[in-house]
Amino acid sequence: MKESFDLLIVGVGGQGTVLASNVIGDACLIEGRTVRSAETHGMAQRGGSVESHIRIDGKYGPLISKGTADLIISFDLLEALRYRHFLKDGGVIISSESMVMPTSAFTQGLAVPSADDIKAGLSDVKLITIDAAEIAKEAGSILSQNIVMIGCAAHHLPLSKESLLKAVRDLVPPKTIEVNEKAFELGFLKGI
Amino acid sequence: MVKKYMLGNEAIAYACCEADLDFASGYPGTPSSEVVDALRHQKMREFYIEWSVNEKIAFENALGAAWTGVRSLVTMKHVGLNVAADPLMTSSYTGVRGGFVILSADDPYAHSSQNEQDSRVYAKFARIPCFDPSNLQEAHDMMKGAYELSEEFSLPVLFRPTTRICHSKSDVELGDIGENHRTGKFTKNPKQYVVIPVHTRELHKELNKKQGPLARRLVELGLNHYEIKGDSAVIASGIAAEYVQEIIPEDVSFAKIGAYPIDTEWLSGFISKHKKVLVIEELSPLVEEEVRQAACETEVFGKKNGCVPYEGELDPASVALAFEKAGFAHKNKYPEPVAAGGLPPRPPLLCAGCGHRATFYAMKKVFGKNAIYPSDIGCYTLGLQMGAVDTTICMGASITVGSGMTHTGEENDVVCTIGDSTFLHTGIPGLLNAAYNGANMTVVILDNRITAMTGHQPNPNTGKTALGQESPLISLESLCRSCGVELVDTIDPYDLTGTLEAFKRAKGHKGVKVIIARQPCVIAARRAGIKRRKYEVDPETCTGCGLCVKYGCPAIEFYDNKASINELCSGCGVCADICPAGAIKTEGKR
Repeated sequence: MKESFDLLIVGVGGQGTVLASNVIGDACLIEGRTVRSAETHGMAQRGGSVESHIRIDGKYGPLISKGTADLIISFDLLEALRYRHFLKDGGVIISSESMVMPTSAFTQGLAVPSADDIKAGLSDVKLITIDAAEIAKEAGSILSQNIVMIGCAAHHLPLSKESLLKAVRDLVPPKTIEVNEKAFELGFLKGI
Repeated sequence: MVKKYMLGNEAIAYACCEADLDFASGYPGTPSSEVVDALRHQKMREFYIEWSVNEKIAFENALGAAWTGVRSLVTMKHVGLNVAADPLMTSSYTGVRGGFVILSADDPYAHSSQNEQDSRVYAKFARIPCFDPSNLQEAHDMMKGAYELSEEFSLPVLFRPTTRICHSKSDVELGDIGENHRTGKFTKNPKQYVVIPVHTRELHKELNKKQGPLARRLVELGLNHYEIKGDSAVIASGIAAEYVQEIIPEDVSFAKIGAYPIDTEWLSGFISKHKKVLVIEELSPLVEEEVRQAACETEVFGKKNGCVPYEGELDPASVALAFEKAGFAHKNKYPEPVAAGGLPPRPPLLCAGCGHRATFYAMKKVFGKNAIYPSDIGCYTLGLQMGAVDTTICMGASITVGSGMTHTGEENDVVCTIGDSTFLHTGIPGLLNAAYNGANMTVVILDNRITAMTGHQPNPNTGKTALGQESPLISLESLCRSCGVELVDTIDPYDLTGTLEAFKRAKGHKGVKVIIARQPCVIAARRAGIKRRKYEVDPETCTGCGLCVKYGCPAIEFYDNKASINELCSGCGVCADICPAGAIKTEGKR
């Protein structure tokens, strides 16, 4: 029996996966629950593919094994496909519509699957895609995409919307609280 | 008591503040760097702190501090401990007065390292205690215990977290910040601190006498403990103990090794109560070897009979597989899904506008593909993707490996690259040696004025100390000249023409030549508020030749036979100099 809710946040280095993971972790503490997580640091971050493992109610190690994640939040459509094998049967992937082109596509002329190809590759999982960049702009800052994603994912997380919002308020720079609250709410609406 | 969601390295740093720490030094290295970074940014407790220029220096500083009676900490990554191995091996003989903790972070799977060595082996080699935390709460609690044990036995304690401890987060219960401060006072005692043979022979005996009581104390402290539940058992250490606890059935006994040396009597007492024992640990079979020595009738499973891999890191699924191979039942089922194939890889890259890329480009243009390019440890190791890195072994080795090659009759040019922090770490003696012994090579110091890869720690070339205080900048130019180098050139890598000329000058000159390619790290420059106008491609003028794309900057894209520049552009302008058609201009200027 699984005791924890296992969430994988993936993206490209620099997209704010660490802050997103902190929001989830803080929300767990607000609810008095245990949490374990693991994230990418160091050289691997520089524009590379990054992952954060988060185990809500986790009591043991922080790593999620392949085929066992309950939810994947992907900040990049291509990364959603790259990590899909971590998802358990019946799990959910929430992904941003946008895609950062891997530099290898240009320097080595490697083929990059189109958005439609990727979606076809994910046709057997429950996939929710949102235009996080557009929503973040509407909220007031393109930098709030990660909070848009958390807002959208709130429907699928075993944490209350109030705890998540409180964690967002506690963690983002004070000047950006309003923008991020709006980003969360707009993301939340898209998730319904 | 307060509970916080924090990074393992932050929890460790916090524990040091609880444990009355008065001295900290270290050299940055992933995954250890955030311990000193957290200590230098905290405001709860005051103490001396420095980023030293290498691990040996950091170690000896902290050892000297501990000899005066204060509690000290030195941090590094596993390969850094190799650099500090010389003082380590004798510090166990001299012992310490104030608590001395050596944090050496291991990196199973080599996420960000050149090898997967196991620091526990060093602790065994030096005969000092080693703490091996299995989770963040334990890492926090053990750090405080490490200082107490160090003072109880007057020995340095090695503290060995792994990447998944350092870079994990969890809810951690914290204690109160320590309020005791000690002032160092050295008491002369040559018989303890001067390791001439006549003293050292006695010190070695004393060290050996400590071993038995030390092992027994670790059991008394509960760091090594077990629960008997059936006639088969699992023994695990470090984070592997967590993976085991997640899947172990109710009727299987469990022993956890949290610290070394392991008390042999205690261990054989546990093993003898079981028919079979499985040992799960990452990296070296250190516990397994002890278990095999202590086991008589009991059958032992582990790395040596192929149940557990020697390399890489474990996770719940791989531990479950080890259970299956050893014929143990386990609680969870793990599917073996296949990853989607054929996706373009997304490896880490030199940033858009990184001065190193421009330097590598010019260097290769002048010296060609037949030249040999030894390189070193830093962001610039990513120059591999530009074909500009032929060797990397350890800190400082670009210059020494390169100079060795020049004395063999090898006819191709040797052009090595080394970062400023790495040059100050162990590059200087190599340069001195190369110049003195008449090597014929070019040394390129990639000077971005900071230790970038590990998170922008300052070094003597930054002009700031660990606490951000201004300090006189060292002069790399004078330093190189004092090493005996006649041709020392400083260039701005964003100035492609000037850079090419400097490389041509170096190529035409015999002996050791140094080119200092100076341009601040783009991330640090952005944080400092430096803004440059972005560049754009005029699609009318672009001929689609693709030369700019080959440059490999993540800001340059290419669609329908035309180049374009994305929002990552930091305005370095090197691509504009590369473009033969003159199609790349600053934004808004046509």
